[in-house]
Amino acid sequence: MSAYRFLVNGAPAQVDVPGMRRLLDVLREDLGLTGTKEGCGEGECGACSVLLDGQVVDACLVPVCQVEGRIVRTVEGLSLAARERGALDTLQEAFLDHGAAQCGICTPGMLMAARAYLDAGGGPDDEAIREAIAGNLCRCTGYTKIVDAIAAVASPAE
Amino acid sequence: MPAEPPIDTPRHLFEAYERLAAGPTRPIAGGTDVMVAITGELGPIPDRMLDLSRIDALRGISLEEGSLVLGARTTYTEIRRSALCREHLPALVEAAATIGAAQIQNRGTLGGNIANASPAGDTLPILLAADATILVGGQRGEREVAASDFFVSYRRTALAPDELILHVRVPLPRGRELRFRKVGTRRAQAISKVVMALAWEDFGSTGWTNVRVALGSVAATPIRAHATEAVLEGAHPTPEVADRAAETLAGELRPIDDVRSTADYRRAVSARILHRLLRDAGGW
Repeated sequence: MSAYRFLVNGAPAQVDVPGMRRLLDVLREDLGLTGTKEGCGEGECGACSVLLDGQVVDACLVPVCQVEGRIVRTVEGLSLAARERGALDTLQEAFLDHGAAQCGICTPGMLMAARAYLDAGGGPDDEAIREAIAGNLCRCTGYTKIVDAIAAVASPAE
Repeated sequence: MPAEPPIDTPRHLFEAYERLAAGPTRPIAGGTDVMVAITGELGPIPDRMLDLSRIDALRGISLEEGSLVLGARTTYTEIRRSALCREHLPALVEAAATIGAAQIQNRGTLGGNIANASPAGDTLPILLAADATILVGGQRGEREVAASDFFVSYRRTALAPDELILHVRVPLPRGRELRFRKVGTRRAQAISKVVMALAWEDFGSTGWTNVRVALGSVAATPIRAHATEAVLEGAHPTPEVADRAAETLAGELRPIDDVRSTADYRRAVSARILHRLLRDAGGW
């Protein structure tokens, strides 16, 4: 066991756990941040997507020793500024407006993959959005409404 | 929760060498294969792990004496974004873009693809076709191994248990062309049914030279198709040559049926991909 320190959603976190513990388990079990979901546990479905230093990763494939000193963002911290106001992130609003969530288990990961895409300057192009969320499986929506929601944030209506 | 074997995180290569020399230790870089194996209990749980994520000597992409040199920890995302890779080895950029999706490309590494030695490893046919060499090191010193000697049998490599992959050197002979094709179930997140790289040098009237045809997912290791290479060596990519090469390839391959595809499909698709690559090269 060692102590690992990093930032989660802007706040310092410290956990005293084995270095091979999955970031997914550290978030859910040790830090109580259950917004990040476990789907397949093998890097196929993207349900556990979080941002690590701004890059989207599957938290089930990251041992916590590799997170030491780094910056983690989960769906709970999708928009820190909006949270202060008690509001949702523009992406979350767009998902609601477009009916882009059904059962909801893919939604936190889908939001994080979309956030990484938009933060990197991604535009409303359908093909590019589909590539950006290709690592996130949704078995309900058929993806169209999710793509529409992300495109709406990339290019807000006049 | 999955098993959590003890893990060391050295900062320097010599410390990593010491740990490897001290006893069985499983290296981990991006974790896209190792973490899956541990969580899924796909094999024995390693006694100890060695975290490579802080060793900067394993990073970086550079041009050295006419070769492209890629550190073992180079991620697929770094390959996709690298101006050097795009200019000098666009086929590798293409391959990197077909591996997993953003989450995997941000974490998975070239060294990991090599060490994992899956017959379906998507970068491996490119390394074979490009005559790449792999620099490995340990306490006993460093040595360079040709990619064509590296994959010895199913998921077995020339890497000794006390060695690490340091970098990959891809020679860039003038006039060499290199093409890549992958066939999977869908465009993202798909493990290949067939993956192929084709390389040649063309100096005009003498026909193609140094032809390489390398494939993945059609044998226990990534392989070169030597009989097919012989058909193309000294030839031009005409329709007749393409027919003969495709037929030779279909006869040369011995793929298997498994969960992802069938032997018949793999043989037929391999021949078809090669035919199309030759047609594109011939401009007919």
